[in-house]
Amino acid sequence: MSYELRVNPIACDGHGLCAELLPEIIELDPWGYPILLSAEVPRGLAEHARRAAAACPTLALLVVKATGERG
Amino acid sequence: MTELALAPRRSPALRLPRLLAGMSYYEIASLRDHERRYGPLPLWGASGRRRPGRLIDVVDASGLTGRGGAGFPTGRKMRSVASGPGRAVVVANGAEGEPASGKDRLLLTRLPHLVLDGITLAAHAVRARTAYLCIHGHEAELRDALEGALAQRSAVGLDPVPIQLRGIPGRYVASEQSAIVHYLNGGPAKPTFSPPRPHQRGVRGRPTLVHNVETLAHLALIARFGDRWFRSAGLPSAPGSALVTVSGAVRRPGVYEIELGTPAGRVVMTAGGPAERPAALLVGGYFGAWLPARSAWPVPMCHAALKAAGGAMGAGIVAVLPVSCCGLAETARVVRYLAGENAGQCGPCMFGLPALADAVADLAYEGGRGRAVERVATLAGLVAGRGACRHPDGAVQLVRSALRAFEADARWHDQRGPCPRVARAPLLPVPGEADWDWA
Repeated sequence: MSYELRVNPIACDGHGLCAELLPEIIELDPWGYPILLSAEVPRGLAEHARRAAAACPTLALLVVKATGERG
Repeated sequence: MTELALAPRRSPALRLPRLLAGMSYYEIASLRDHERRYGPLPLWGASGRRRPGRLIDVVDASGLTGRGGAGFPTGRKMRSVASGPGRAVVVANGAEGEPASGKDRLLLTRLPHLVLDGITLAAHAVRARTAYLCIHGHEAELRDALEGALAQRSAVGLDPVPIQLRGIPGRYVASEQSAIVHYLNGGPAKPTFSPPRPHQRGVRGRPTLVHNVETLAHLALIARFGDRWFRSAGLPSAPGSALVTVSGAVRRPGVYEIELGTPAGRVVMTAGGPAERPAALLVGGYFGAWLPARSAWPVPMCHAALKAAGGAMGAGIVAVLPVSCCGLAETARVVRYLAGENAGQCGPCMFGLPALADAVADLAYEGGRGRAVERVATLAGLVAGRGACRHPDGAVQLVRSALRAFEADARWHDQRGPCPRVARAPLLPVPGEADWDWA
């Protein structure tokens, strides 16, 4: 099973915790909002991704089953 | 398709114009005018012989695609809504958000019965019991006219599903389909995060068919004259006709009906030809793209060809930029407008678009000591794809196309400061400016 990350940009307030917990694939833009370097979660990082999603204060980071398409 | 074969014989003159055939500049077409021209509303399924879903097959076969901008196959959308869980809802989107577009307004103010027929047919085909027609809330006159048209119809019991008029705030993103659904559900007219999309879960959680009003007007004619008739205009890959709004430096700006696939240059000639030597065409509207006039001229007006050329069909907008105008200054004004029209929901759009607008304005009006172009490109990369809706993506597409189409100009501005043409009067309509009065 492979997983993808999605950000709900409406819910995201730019707290930035996700970038601290998952620096391998999340960077912050100049305004503090997350940029996903890759939507796909590398195999070894699935647990970290789940932890980052759980830590988001607005629950804006989502770990979803990979569909291979946007939206 | 035996019952459809009658059509070409009955209306040989209906090649083009089709939608605009009955249009008067001075008055709204009455129900009598409308029925005299096109015949009565064919209520599919009412006789029991034609099952409602049959219309969806015909629409599928016609190849009709959405005329609001996205160009999604209409039949497929109807099928998906019809097979969704629960009673479907139909929403006609007549809240034209593109400042440079006038086609939906023209249809609603002059030929409302085509649109209303389309709503009733669509509601029937997907077995909806609720139907809305959304227009801009501030247009009181339009609302009165449509109420009059609806009254004519209800007097003869034409619409089994009552069509409810709703006013939507006149903001750019308010006419995005998830924003309309959000508004009908009692929220602000702002886009929502997807999935679910409206066709899955829309108004009151039901599968919701959102169609542009022009799409519905085509539907009204396809139901009468059939899919083969529809395909007899346009290209095999992009059949039918479409309404386009031609503006800028042309002799007769206005709304025209074209066959899909008509070269962009011929569309400009239809509008009287260029009023000055053209430098570039803006195709697809403010989410569209600039194309240098020379390369745009032969490009067929349809989604696939315009996209391949780096442009977009959008809602059928063509604006001619004359050589006396600065394309960067025009872009700067439009991007400033788009930045102000962000819904204030998504951080990258809320902060990124104003920053992008500043950068484009710097390039256009200040010059950049050789660094402005790069700054524009960097900011464009930062906001693209990062909103809940396509608002930031649309603005970025416009900006990137400007850097391509006006590449030499951009270098000049960047290194030597603004060109003298920035002083010319603005060309593209931007709401909020004193000269803009379409609404």
